[in-house]
Amino acid sequence: MPVTHVTNQFAAPECGGDVLVVNDLRFSYPDGHSALNGVSLKLCEGDKVALVGPNGAGKSTLMLHLNGILNGQGDVEIAGMRLSRENLPVIRALVGLVFQNPDDQLFSPTVFEDVAFGPLHMGLPEAEVRSRVDAALEAVRMSAYRDRLSHHLSVGEKKRIAIATVLSMQPSLLVLDEPSAGLDPRARRTLINLLRDLPITMLVSTHDMKLVQELFPRTVVMDEGRVVADGLTSEILEDEPLLNAHGLEKP
Amino acid sequence: MFYSPAPLHIPDGFLSLLVSLVCWVVTALTLGAAISRTNKSLGERQIPLMGVMAAFIFAAQMINFPVAGGTSGHLLGGALAAIVLGPWAGMLVMTAVIAVQALLFQDGGLLVMGANILNMGLVTAAIGYGLFRSVSGSSKTVKLGVAGVAAWLSVMAGALLTSLQLWLSGTSQLGIVIPAMLGVHALIGLGEALITVSALAFILQTRPDLLGEGSESAKAGKGWILAGGLISLFVVFLSPFASADPDGLERVAENLGFIGAGQSAPFEIIPDYTLPFLGETALSTIVAGAIGIAVVAVISLLVGRGMKARS
Amino acid sequence: MHFDAFDRYHDKESFLHRLDPRVKVLVTVIFIVSNALLPDGAWFAFGFAWLFLLLCNLLSKLGYAYSLKRSIIALPFALIAITVLFSIPGKPLSSFHFLGITFTITDAGLLRFVSILIRSWLSVQMAILLVAVTRFPDLIHALEHLRVPAILTTIIAFLYRYLFVLTDEVFRLLRARESRSGAVTGSKRRLERVERSGRGVLWRAKIAGNMAGQLFLRSYERSDRIYNAMLARGYAGRLYTLNPHEMKSVDYYATAFAIAVIFLMQWIGRF
Ligand SMILES: Nc1ncnc2c1ncn2[C@@H]1O[C@H](COP(=O)(O)OP(=O)(O)O)[C@@H](O)[C@H]1O
Ligand SMILES: [Mg+2]
Repeated sequence: MPVTHVTNQFAAPECGGDVLVVNDLRFSYPDGHSALNGVSLKLCEGDKVALVGPNGAGKSTLMLHLNGILNGQGDVEIAGMRLSRENLPVIRALVGLVFQNPDDQLFSPTVFEDVAFGPLHMGLPEAEVRSRVDAALEAVRMSAYRDRLSHHLSVGEKKRIAIATVLSMQPSLLVLDEPSAGLDPRARRTLINLLRDLPITMLVSTHDMKLVQELFPRTVVMDEGRVVADGLTSEILEDEPLLNAHGLEKP
Repeated sequence: MFYSPAPLHIPDGFLSLLVSLVCWVVTALTLGAAISRTNKSLGERQIPLMGVMAAFIFAAQMINFPVAGGTSGHLLGGALAAIVLGPWAGMLVMTAVIAVQALLFQDGGLLVMGANILNMGLVTAAIGYGLFRSVSGSSKTVKLGVAGVAAWLSVMAGALLTSLQLWLSGTSQLGIVIPAMLGVHALIGLGEALITVSALAFILQTRPDLLGEGSESAKAGKGWILAGGLISLFVVFLSPFASADPDGLERVAENLGFIGAGQSAPFEIIPDYTLPFLGETALSTIVAGAIGIAVVAVISLLVGRGMKARS
Repeated sequence: MHFDAFDRYHDKESFLHRLDPRVKVLVTVIFIVSNALLPDGAWFAFGFAWLFLLLCNLLSKLGYAYSLKRSIIALPFALIAITVLFSIPGKPLSSFHFLGITFTITDAGLLRFVSILIRSWLSVQMAILLVAVTRFPDLIHALEHLRVPAILTTIIAFLYRYLFVLTDEVFRLLRARESRSGAVTGSKRRLERVERSGRGVLWRAKIAGNMAGQLFLRSYERSDRIYNAMLARGYAGRLYTLNPHEMKSVDYYATAFAIAVIFLMQWIGRF
């Protein structure tokens, strides 16, 4: 029985431009399981938004739609462009999607090759690729790791390099799937500081409610393929019935 | 301790230059065909798939199981790779595995890598895929039985080719290397067959779509049935003949001019020489070979049944 | 957990470490071909080849006996060649009885046997040195430069990257099996204990096969996720790589020097 809660509609302040608009997105996996049942969402330039909800809520599935890896029914718009087959390459450069498991994200033998993969496949010239790699590694404070082998890194280091692999594409929107999962306290702290300092619009799915409280002014709650709440983090974290209904815990 | 070299990996120095180069040519031509086929028929998704599958074969070779007296059986993987990925992709994956084993671990040489790829990656894939494909419409039990036989034969084929190459290089004596290699690999092949069958049974149970109609495994042409069948026949008939009558095989090779040319130092000749305990008739070894295959088939069937019963 | 046991590279600042990887690959291959070309009993040439190897060891700063210490791995295969001791006609040196058969070692047989072993032993040492002074990703770059088809170098790059991840998974599976079968980790003794611990070899093979099947499915699913990650970063069926290696003049000189040495070696072996 799906729990439908009174939606805490976010009173969206007028913003310069929408970086992301999702409208009534629906998707079923080939085995018939419907994972998204009409998701609508808007992100303004500079927003840092947390996406929370129990396992299986559809967070990862939604994220895979944001740059056209999955294609459901409904609209996805990035920086004013409707996602379609033709502008897929442009959209993929605009949306930096970081997967949950860094061993899936880092598929090249060396850190350099992985961070260079995105810019190279955008067709940038070699000098530009190199300077972007350096800038991205600098941004995640991992410049010293440029020539390291990916399999030698710790989980925390892998996560930061994984973020660098999309920063090098200079995206307008950063989408992170459970970035703090599996990190020890120190690596988690480093990651939080990093996310705070990155001057970029981001949508971050997580189960880490402390992280949500600390970092994200706005929170979207998903359950059973729907957005069940979308509002100020401070308000949502006070709404105990809402949290309980969707298996969330107050930090 | 993590990485145990398998006896089929020939190191440098054991094959003559000519034999190594001929094997490289055969291997390169086959790989060329494999590459042009995969470029044509495979989707872009295949690149990471083949890459991870190569790592899978490499890792799966470390799964061992105790046989007896502290020895253990493990997987070579050529037949399995070809069955699940299709023959061309299977060959490329095995090539990458053998290349990394040689480059990174010196398990197998560089000049002789062509021979190692041929023995362990190409022939094994052709046999494994060809035989499996010949029963694509049949029941699960038949498929698994045939896969077991194919896996066993693929190891035997690799051992036979290795022996022939060593002999043509003047490194081993035919009358000894063939029975020794085939004898050892008849056992190793059993391990190969058992693991291949149970792995396939597991896959058929959990993801039958990966092996069913429309999968990579079902795409390749029927020509593979012929190729796999012919190579298998070659193994089944040549092995007993070679071990029972090495003199005969040597005469044939000599008449064809193989032996003189195959060796690096032209002043050597392999003399006719037989050991008394190998004085069996060709017929008796053919019968023995047939019995061996039957045994593998029965065991594979039993394992297949067992898997089915468990589910 | 990492299996650094797989890493054969030794980080050092040395002449050989700095050399362009394709030079190292080429020289290694030419050296091995040269060994194969040397006739049996070319002792001076073998000795000369060994001196070259010694020089390479010194230039690698890994110690003069580095490759020597690691070169025993090719020895088990020597068994395969043992028959030439008896099979090549020549002056009998010694004989013994085994299983009712008389084996006679001849001088020609001994010469051939020792020559095969030396060739193999020299070759494997150079290959050992190659990976000790070249990072594996650079080795892949060298293969790219040397026109190995991209599809193969790409598969090799993926193999290298996921080797570590998947072997970790294998060892987790093996440990789980051991904890279930009540045996403790160890090599031979463990295997014997598992043997005694109960059911037959068929059952054990089935468990191993199940593991392989499970590993296959996990790997298959992983390749799906990797594919998605590649798509997300602009992959559209064609792979682009940056290959940062450029031949410097020292690389050309080193190649020329090595080739000259190897020619000299051949000449010594044949005069
Ligand atoms: N490849 C898939 N095939 C079928 N169902 C899937 C697949 N991936 C996810 N699902 C299902 O879709 C639902 C949403 O999953 P997901 O988006 O991963 O949730 P979340 O990331 O919020 O935990 C879950 O019920 C999950 O079981
Ligand atoms: Mg998820």
